[in-house]
Amino acid sequence: MTSTAEAVGFWVLAPIAVIAALGLLFAKKAVHAALGMALVMCILGIFYIMQKADFLGVIQVFVYTGAVMMLFLFVLMLVGVDSSDSVVETIKGQRWASFLLVIGLAGVLFFAIGAAVIDETTVQSGMDKLVATNKETGNVTGLAELIFGQYVWIFEVTSALLITAALGAMVLAHRERLSPRITQAEWAAKRVRDNKNVAGLPAPGVYARHNAVDTPALLPDGTPSDLSVSRVLVARDQVATTDALRDVERHMAREIEEGGSK
Amino acid sequence: MSFVTAYGVAAALPMENPTADFSDTPWWVALIKAVGVFVYLLISTLLVIWFERRVIGRMQQRPGPNRNGPFGLLQTLADGMKSMLKEDITPANAEKFIYTLAPLIAATMAFVSFAIIPLGGTVSMFGHETPLQVTDVPIAVLLVLAVASVGVYGIILAGWSSGSTYPLLGGLRSTAQVISYEIAMGLSLVAIFLYSGSMSTSAIVSAQSSLWYILPAFFSFAVYVITMVGETNRLPFDLAEGEGELTGGFHTEYSSMRFAMFFLGEYVNMFTVSALATTLFLGGPQAPPLISAINDNMFGGGWWGLLWFTLKLWVFMFIFVWLRGSLPRVRYDQFMRFGWKFLIPITLAWVVAVAFIRGAQLGFLGDSKLTFAGRELSVATVVIVSIVAVIALAAAWIWDDKRAAKAAAEDEAPPEEIDPFEGGYPVPPLPGQRLAEPGPRISATREPVLSTASTTSATSTFAKEEDHG
Repeated sequence: MTSTAEAVGFWVLAPIAVIAALGLLFAKKAVHAALGMALVMCILGIFYIMQKADFLGVIQVFVYTGAVMMLFLFVLMLVGVDSSDSVVETIKGQRWASFLLVIGLAGVLFFAIGAAVIDETTVQSGMDKLVATNKETGNVTGLAELIFGQYVWIFEVTSALLITAALGAMVLAHRERLSPRITQAEWAAKRVRDNKNVAGLPAPGVYARHNAVDTPALLPDGTPSDLSVSRVLVARDQVATTDALRDVERHMAREIEEGGSK
Repeated sequence: MSFVTAYGVAAALPMENPTADFSDTPWWVALIKAVGVFVYLLISTLLVIWFERRVIGRMQQRPGPNRNGPFGLLQTLADGMKSMLKEDITPANAEKFIYTLAPLIAATMAFVSFAIIPLGGTVSMFGHETPLQVTDVPIAVLLVLAVASVGVYGIILAGWSSGSTYPLLGGLRSTAQVISYEIAMGLSLVAIFLYSGSMSTSAIVSAQSSLWYILPAFFSFAVYVITMVGETNRLPFDLAEGEGELTGGFHTEYSSMRFAMFFLGEYVNMFTVSALATTLFLGGPQAPPLISAINDNMFGGGWWGLLWFTLKLWVFMFIFVWLRGSLPRVRYDQFMRFGWKFLIPITLAWVVAVAFIRGAQLGFLGDSKLTFAGRELSVATVVIVSIVAVIALAAAWIWDDKRAAKAAAEDEAPPEEIDPFEGGYPVPPLPGQRLAEPGPRISATREPVLSTASTTSATSTFAKEEDHG
């Protein structure tokens, strides 16, 4: 039956996995939910390794951490960095339909796994067989013989399904360009043609002390140049004032004058 | 050829299970080995930072750090102490818990993979015969990839939790980079698995006893070296922290020990990928060819392995430093295009070719032999290798042809005369090019503008320029 090490490992990791899974359901921020999922997947991988399924365990960690990483990207790029989940139902009856499906899945899992574990001697003999296979044929070779031998048809059909799904996602997300892309050279030519800001917009920052992007450049008369600050900063009202800098400039001008008259 | 014979050959394949024997290794010896690996990595990190700064200094014709200790060896130690005493800043916008968790993930995950690297042969330790390797499993190499993909969470979480723009961009870049380069890296390793018939590091090392895999899997080696630089975020692929664009990238907001942990993680990661390259391509702890011939391999195996392993490891570290010293950072879109549109497809083709070569070698494609220059060769191997060679040559030829045509198209001699204002703004002539007949306008601009006599001609020049534009 289960060894002590395995039992200790299970009872330490299982509660963490359950907490992380609950976090996936109830976390307010989407990123926290994704993190909870990553943790669950890693612990599942460790469980597989404890059950002597080395290859499955490592692949679980390898594939699912990558998958959760993609989820991260979706969250960051589509939902926004700080946004919380919206609870508005976009498709009517979606919640009830998913609830029914979840009950169905839970039933299938319960009866399938229940039928498998109901007899302890079967479990034990299965475990013995696994250990023997790992020792003689090897874990990976044994798995390969099953996937590319007995179950090759199911395996290939599943991969065709996945590829279809990936292609479908690409077709749905693809958008034709309506106008040609304007290159850097064309922008430069356009600036010259329009004879406007021919040398590019003025760079932000005044003096070495304040070369930050939020500090507008000063024109020769000392007034700040609106062109030099990104319009994003202007819209966010994050542009620094230049009053202090202009004071410094006046002070310097005075010093120069005094120096000249001495 | 019947299926039965093929199966008989498959049964004769080297076993995929580790060849290292851990049966005489009590838990406390394993613990000592684990601590030993940890110390080995820490000391190596201290050394490599000094090494990197000195070598880059030499490449840039300056001395590099040379004040603390002999040859400046203690410089890294001094920097480490300084970094511990620095103020530890947490930005107001940061997600406190994850902000602290991220460097911990990055640093600890870096150490994990080294557990499966064989550092030497079987040695006697406190009366126990044990391999100089913390542990080995049938899927050891995959474990390295899995741990690396968990380690990237340190970077992306650092970028996200800092609550600021540059780190976020750095984190996103790093994610995209690692996801795309891990595919090419995994594919390049497939050739090694095909050759050795195993994914366990000790089995791969013992399968290389007659020939290091750098020769039969030379292309995998090239791809692996490129992707290992991409995986460790090192120049010329350090786009996640490109200080030109992103200040410091994902670690912009970090300071003190939390920053030092990222630093440590990066260097230990370099050691890990280099150690994997040593194990998979350079025979791991085996003595180099000529030395292994001395006195029936008297300098191989046991503790000697540690020396050879370390030397090979440092060759890769030198390559890392050398790249940093000589190459500029690549542009992000070019980097991604290179990964997806070149490395991945060509590595895929290489894996298929290796699968056929291996199949022929193992007799899956027929057993007929032919004798050439006193050596017996399998016909199938010769046929497959020649087919691959012909395809590779044809591809290279077509590519070269296309490139030559492109170069010829670009190489068209520029017109002998140039009108500097034709495009609307002044363009200097190329070498050997003559300016078009200057006409009145250039002489007009040369004249002092203030003189009343030239005013009219100057105005007409501007009018002409507008016509051109």
